[in-house]
Amino acid sequence: MGAIVVDVMLKPEILDPQGQAVAGALPRLGFEGITDVRQGKRFVLTVEGEVTDAHLAQARQAAETLLSNPVIEDVVAVHALDDSEVSAAAGAPA
Amino acid sequence: MRVGVVTFPGSLDDRDAQRAVRAAGAEPVALWHGDADLHGVDAVVLPGGFSYGDYLRCGAIARFAPVMDRLVPAAQGGLPVLGICNGFQVLCESHLLPGALIRNDHRKFVCRDQRLRIENASTAWTGDYAAGQEIVVPLKNGEGGYVADERTLDALEAEGRVVARYLGDNPNGSYRDIAGVSNERGNVVGLMPHPEHAVEPGFGPTTDGLAFFTSVLHQVVSA
Repeated sequence: MGAIVVDVMLKPEILDPQGQAVAGALPRLGFEGITDVRQGKRFVLTVEGEVTDAHLAQARQAAETLLSNPVIEDVVAVHALDDSEVSAAAGAPA
Repeated sequence: MRVGVVTFPGSLDDRDAQRAVRAAGAEPVALWHGDADLHGVDAVVLPGGFSYGDYLRCGAIARFAPVMDRLVPAAQGGLPVLGICNGFQVLCESHLLPGALIRNDHRKFVCRDQRLRIENASTAWTGDYAAGQEIVVPLKNGEGGYVADERTLDALEAEGRVVARYLGDNPNGSYRDIAGVSNERGNVVGLMPHPEHAVEPGFGPTTDGLAFFTSVLHQVVSA
């Protein structure tokens, strides 16, 4: 079983209210020196067998069409996970 | 005139939209998101609600509903389409309208009567207003912040495609107080506030919303 990660972030010029809420809470909890927070989305796509170039190409296409809205978001990464990361990323119990 | 109103899973203002269409003197036609057919309607309303696509982004999955496969080319061909609230989000995700809707800048759901100025009274859905007319209709949204890049915003302003603007406090952080926009041709309009909740005396703050629905009855004349 292989897995592909797609990371999506709001474009830098788009306001991120959720990130701002987190940034506002950090100093209240004693985390100092963090000047900004941007909150993104991570998708983990699990595939049959090893991750192939075809899988990756399909994932990139899905990232551009459905997983992100190019008007406000950038796809910042599409890559295969290695075996040790797969179960953790997929949310399986350790 | 027959005006279709699409029901998506999670649509909640579809019946109100149908009622508004009837109040305007047209025949409402219920359309189902899973049916790839517009059943010969003369115009379409995408109503407000909380579509299943909101799990990803507002309207993102609704945009790929079978009915949208027919609606998108029809809208590009000139069919009048009005998207209200979630419907506005679906139109943006479909790229029938520019920009996108994001979470309100204050992160709270807002529900109130909202004052608007109709900036463009020459679209298919605003012809019965006067340019500059002020109206009050209900507004209710959690992700109603209209955003686009500066170049797009400048183009919208220059081409008169800002259809309505918020007056008074901006309720959701929308860039340049934009409450609604249209496509280049003026047949597709997206609006975050809810005119369908202000079409009958005694229900809603005003009857100011009715002209959106009567406008489309007359638009054929000017098109």
